[in-house]
Amino acid sequence: MLDFLQNLGRRGLAFFERLGRGHMFLLRILGSLGQLIIRPWLVIQQLYSVGVLTLMIILVSGLFVGMVLALQGYNTLVGFNAEESLGVVVALTLVRELGPVVTGLLFAGRAGSALTAEIGLMKATEQLSGLEMMAVDPFKRVLAPRFLAGMIALPLLAAMFSAIGIYGGYLVGVELLGVDGGAFWSQMQASVDFSNDIINGVIKSVVFGFIVTWIAIFEGYDCIPTSEGVSRATTRTVVNASLAVLGIDFLLTALMFNV
Amino acid sequence: MTATDISTKGDALVQIRDLHFVRGTRKIFKGISLDIPRGGICAIMGPSGTGKTTLLKLIGAQLKPSQGQVLFDGKDIHKLSRKGLYEQRKRMGMLFQSGALLTDLSVFDNVAYPLREHTSLPEKLIRHLVLTRLHAVGLRGARDLMPSELSGGMARRAALARALILDPMMIMYDEPFTGQDPISMGVLIELLHTVNDSLGLTSIIVSHDVQETLSIADYVHIVSDGVVVESGTPDEIRASESEWTRQFIQGLPDGPVPFQYPAPDYATDLYGRGGA
Ligand SMILES: Nc1ncnc2c1ncn2[C@@H]1O[C@H](COP(=O)(O)OP(=O)(O)OP(=O)(O)O)[C@@H](O)[C@H]1O
Ligand SMILES: [Mg+2]
Repeated sequence: MLDFLQNLGRRGLAFFERLGRGHMFLLRILGSLGQLIIRPWLVIQQLYSVGVLTLMIILVSGLFVGMVLALQGYNTLVGFNAEESLGVVVALTLVRELGPVVTGLLFAGRAGSALTAEIGLMKATEQLSGLEMMAVDPFKRVLAPRFLAGMIALPLLAAMFSAIGIYGGYLVGVELLGVDGGAFWSQMQASVDFSNDIINGVIKSVVFGFIVTWIAIFEGYDCIPTSEGVSRATTRTVVNASLAVLGIDFLLTALMFNV
Repeated sequence: MTATDISTKGDALVQIRDLHFVRGTRKIFKGISLDIPRGGICAIMGPSGTGKTTLLKLIGAQLKPSQGQVLFDGKDIHKLSRKGLYEQRKRMGMLFQSGALLTDLSVFDNVAYPLREHTSLPEKLIRHLVLTRLHAVGLRGARDLMPSELSGGMARRAALARALILDPMMIMYDEPFTGQDPISMGVLIELLHTVNDSLGLTSIIVSHDVQETLSIADYVHIVSDGVVVESGTPDEIRASESEWTRQFIQGLPDGPVPFQYPAPDYATDLYGRGGA
């Protein structure tokens, strides 16, 4: 019993210590963002590896998610003779929910894990120490550019996910199932509200970009510098970032659409 | 020159005073004090795992001691602000045991990196400086290789070129000779000497290679078990009365120097407590 309490206490302490370290880390990152204005190429390089290399999986997933949404939506709507609203259903589901959330999850798996592994390996091979001894702050040159790139990339990817998802919905709904194309688009245009739906979706994706990238680079920077440590940190990034995306999505949805 | 001469001279570049450092539960340093004199080659030797690399990291302020100070050029390096510390680090070079080259840059770009970060020299001049340094370590032809394409010894030589590029006032070498063939070894020793004398810098060499190290060092500290066990010029070390030092520099298997990491009795460990 005492052992159990002791263990609990130790784990609790370790957890809060890590949480504290994570926030100190974030503060240092935020403080290092300013200097990127004079070194934009550092961010652009990272945008390529974080964003462009994730694009393919985002586009393919978006297309399929949109097509499935149309299939499922059509089946339900046709029972109410409301299949013309298919465009609205697909668009709202994507823009408000699936776009940001699925992009966040895929981003955590594809780009987040890569970020953690890269930074963890840089730590394990003493590249970060090497930079420090060259009087180069790794926060400024390595971590801040990756953080900013992640934050920029995720909202853009989420927008592309939604766009191609809607196109997938159109392919299945209009071209395959024979919903009227004019109704599909016009109802969508009439019912999707810019500030309510699109802006809220964008806010979600920005928040997810922030959280996922923060977790990914912190796990990398904080890992135990061995191959096992790096692999564990990579797993933790994917698990924690995915859980964070789902949890925060619930909170944000509750705040945005239901209060 | 004896140990007391140096420590009382008081103008040493690095002064370590009563330094304590703990890793986990293991006390790596238990109040170590030593001086690195200006302008010479100072060697730090000791058995593997005594904390020589750790000591270099403490001097570079990558690790924080639990007690005691490290004065670099008169300033307590652990009390500086981050900006102040980075200013001081520009005056130090460090050659890591692993090389620590940036894996996404070519050899050339690695060596050029500190120049591009800290100076605004024109690219032509950077090229010139980088090529002379690479030539000195025998890697001018390897400039376009990526670090993953280098052997361990080549990587370390490339890292040496990088450490020298900013003309630091002090340079710390962690095991510069490991993984070098006899020829590169000779060239390296020559190079360390030339660099030290021509640039007037202070070198700290951490090494196990007793003969090579004694041949180029001006001054030697032998560290073991968290304290300095002996200091002196190479001649003094060679002529040392201490059984410990003699065993270490001659590499004898038997004597007071433990080869083992602290461990319980061998027989008990193998056969269990009861001696099954
Ligand atoms: N990251 C770490 N975490 C915990 N203990 C460590 C760590 N790094 C080193 N140690 C311990 O600190 C001690 C000193 O390590 P250090 O690398 O400084 O030794 P060294 O004298 O450089 O050895 P070598 O000559 O083999 O390079 C070792 O016994 C090691 O067990
Ligand atoms: Mg070492």
